[in-house]
Amino acid sequence: MAKTILLLLLFSIIIVDSFSSPPHNIETLDFEEFEEKWLYNDDNNIYVINFWATWCAPCIREIPVFEKIWEIYKDNNVKVLLVSLDFPTQIESRLIPFIENHNVESKVVLLDDPDSNRWIPLVDDSWNGAIPATVIYTSGFREFYRKEFKYDELESIIKPLLN
Amino acid sequence: MKKIILIVSLVLAYSSNAVSQGYEVGDKATDFRLLNVDGNYLSMADFPDAKGFIVIFSCNHCPFVVAYEDRMIDLHNKYEPKGFPLIAINPNDTIVEPRDSYTKMIKRAEEKGFPFPYVIDADQEIYPQYGATRTPHVYLLERRDGDLYVAYIGAIDDNARDASKVKEKYLENAINALLAGEKPDPDFTTAIGCTIKTKE
Repeated sequence: MAKTILLLLLFSIIIVDSFSSPPHNIETLDFEEFEEKWLYNDDNNIYVINFWATWCAPCIREIPVFEKIWEIYKDNNVKVLLVSLDFPTQIESRLIPFIENHNVESKVVLLDDPDSNRWIPLVDDSWNGAIPATVIYTSGFREFYRKEFKYDELESIIKPLLN
Repeated sequence: MKKIILIVSLVLAYSSNAVSQGYEVGDKATDFRLLNVDGNYLSMADFPDAKGFIVIFSCNHCPFVVAYEDRMIDLHNKYEPKGFPLIAINPNDTIVEPRDSYTKMIKRAEEKGFPFPYVIDADQEIYPQYGATRTPHVYLLERRDGDLYVAYIGAIDDNARDASKVKEKYLENAINALLAGEKPDPDFTTAIGCTIKTKE
């Protein structure tokens, strides 16, 4: 009996522990908020802003490329932002589990703005809405890429922009 | 050396052609002959009475397509009697994306009871001609003097994930404009969607 109680106690500790681990908070932005906060910063940073979603296979393949760039160049003013276009109803069921299972360390925000016909051209005129897509900018440089990056390719864009 | 430069520039010219932008509104659209989920090949020529077609590059796996499936069914049921049947075309390479295989297309069409044809661009020759880049990607075609012309390109409406919050039904408005003998406005919209899958 004592053993059972001990076991139950242990289980409840495990359960409580798994609930008390700090939850991932995903900042949710509409396009105006996203634009103001992330799209046109004029500071010394190099911004790598990637549009992705957990359901997009090429996006998922590409995430480690951005993670590596951030890991290597975070001390050189490189800011990586992963802009998720997942449905807001899937934050808990898909987005957070993905971030946790893949140990994503770059900053992730959710862009929650359904009228994409309005804002897609504001990100870039040439964007057709297919993801992955990436904006890279710093003072004096701004490019939009409709592609899945390989690491070397991305690094060869970032390197010349470093101070 | 000159020969090499010539070859290189020829290759460059060819490859830049290969990534051409596809159709713009007003362009003449090609017919196709693609395998439907009912086991038969299907062409737009098989619909001599149609005034036009709602061609939607679509697939099984993309959440944005799934969000629109019921609306696609409604669109077909509403506009096929008015002369604009819907044809869904799966442009994805089924080795790269096995969830979009022909067998799974049949299954999906049965599950949802698609009233419209669902064909596969198995050789991936049709979607590049249209210039489709994502699923779902709509090309509204109008038949004039036996030829098909692109009248609208883009999204079905302005809210993929919630049909009840749609403010602008771009595609319906475009079809209604054609039925009224007018030009669609807007005739081009864009939306988030899944990249069309090709072998590298």
